[in-house]
Amino acid sequence: MLQYDLVIIGGGPAGLAAADSAREMGIQSILILERENKLGGILNQCIHTGFGLHTFREELTGPEYAARYIDKIREKEIEYKVSAMVIHITRDKQVTVMEKGVGLIHIQAKAIVLAMGCRERPRGALNIPGYRPAGIYSAGTAQYFVNIDGTLPGREIVILGSGDIGLIMARRLTLEGANVKCVAEIMPKSGGLKRNIVQCLEDFGIPLRLSHTVTYIHGKERVEGVTLSKVDEKLEPVPGTDEFISCDTLLLSVGLIPENELTKKLEVPMDEKTKGPVVTSEMETALPGVFACGNVVHVHDLVDHVSQEAKKAGESAARYILEEAI
Amino acid sequence: MTEKKELTCIKCPRGCGILVELEQGSIVAISGNQCNNGKEYAKKEVTNPTRILTTTVKVLKGTEKVVAVKSKEEIPKEKLLPAMEQIRKAAVEAPVVLGETILEDLCDTGIPLVATASVARKRDC
Repeated sequence: MLQYDLVIIGGGPAGLAAADSAREMGIQSILILERENKLGGILNQCIHTGFGLHTFREELTGPEYAARYIDKIREKEIEYKVSAMVIHITRDKQVTVMEKGVGLIHIQAKAIVLAMGCRERPRGALNIPGYRPAGIYSAGTAQYFVNIDGTLPGREIVILGSGDIGLIMARRLTLEGANVKCVAEIMPKSGGLKRNIVQCLEDFGIPLRLSHTVTYIHGKERVEGVTLSKVDEKLEPVPGTDEFISCDTLLLSVGLIPENELTKKLEVPMDEKTKGPVVTSEMETALPGVFACGNVVHVHDLVDHVSQEAKKAGESAARYILEEAI
Repeated sequence: MTEKKELTCIKCPRGCGILVELEQGSIVAISGNQCNNGKEYAKKEVTNPTRILTTTVKVLKGTEKVVAVKSKEEIPKEKLLPAMEQIRKAAVEAPVVLGETILEDLCDTGIPLVATASVARKRDC
């Protein structure tokens, strides 16, 4: 069994900042485990600007922000594995990893930082009637298609939900030549940042339909359109307000959920509201020596805040390891 | 007669509401901004609105299919879509290094397009 003082699960912004700060505190034996084939997490596909205003006092794109931290990890020679997915952790801090080309690895850690981030709410969480045609994607999946894979998810697009990823994708797809017909938001106001309403929708004349939702998805093999309906104060569709909008693609930007499947194996108390583990002000879970930071704890609006929180988690983990050694 | 324009600042996530008052096309007052960036944004926004363009460029012989890029500085807003036409035709051969210039001049703005990520060259290419 491999032995490390600190194992960090997740090589996105939270994991990277936690590793950096733990090393600053003098921890030598650190391992970052990342399931994708490179470090950086979701920042790699967030090619737009708006990152780093707090941390670096300049406006960076996602990959640039990630590169700043990855450079620190390389300079400090902090160990990491990519294409390495953690499949199990135990309360006595044993970590089971499946690494591509290697197989199963067992690691004993003195402390663990949970930095697994979050994932998108899927269509299944919404109960929209209709068949299951091709052409329904979460906004983040569409972002992967366009920014990493270099392909378009469709040509005629309706976006449900005005979270920031949905707004960013409305602009991105418009720039790539797709026709974004509207962004529908069930609430009377957008959940996204005001700056994104301006620079992603208003700049391109994309309508934002507040208090509207998709009540039917048309098409059997491929999306052929959606029914858009106005909703009342109780968020119930108002009869007689149905409107057919033809499209070949429906993107869902309807919220993010902390990804805590591993955390649950530790049987630590979870917070009902944030969907993340309950943590102390030092970012420690109820299990001593296990810390959590970033979107796995609660979904953050800004990566800069994730980095700050992760720095604290890394420092706390380092203190835990140093105190245990006495 | 004073003309009033209401803007939302896009310089940071705060998104201040800014009121610009103009007389015969010249700015006479700017209010609502909480910092100097907001003032500069408002001035530009009513005269010559500009934006950073971020997109991707096709990569040849790379470990990735595309590389993230941005206009090194803001370009006029009306040049965003024409610049995309120009960028769509471009391709860059790997390796690509973060910061490297991909196109010298976006749509006669004199502003270059630069890589915001690195892409290694594929082995046996």
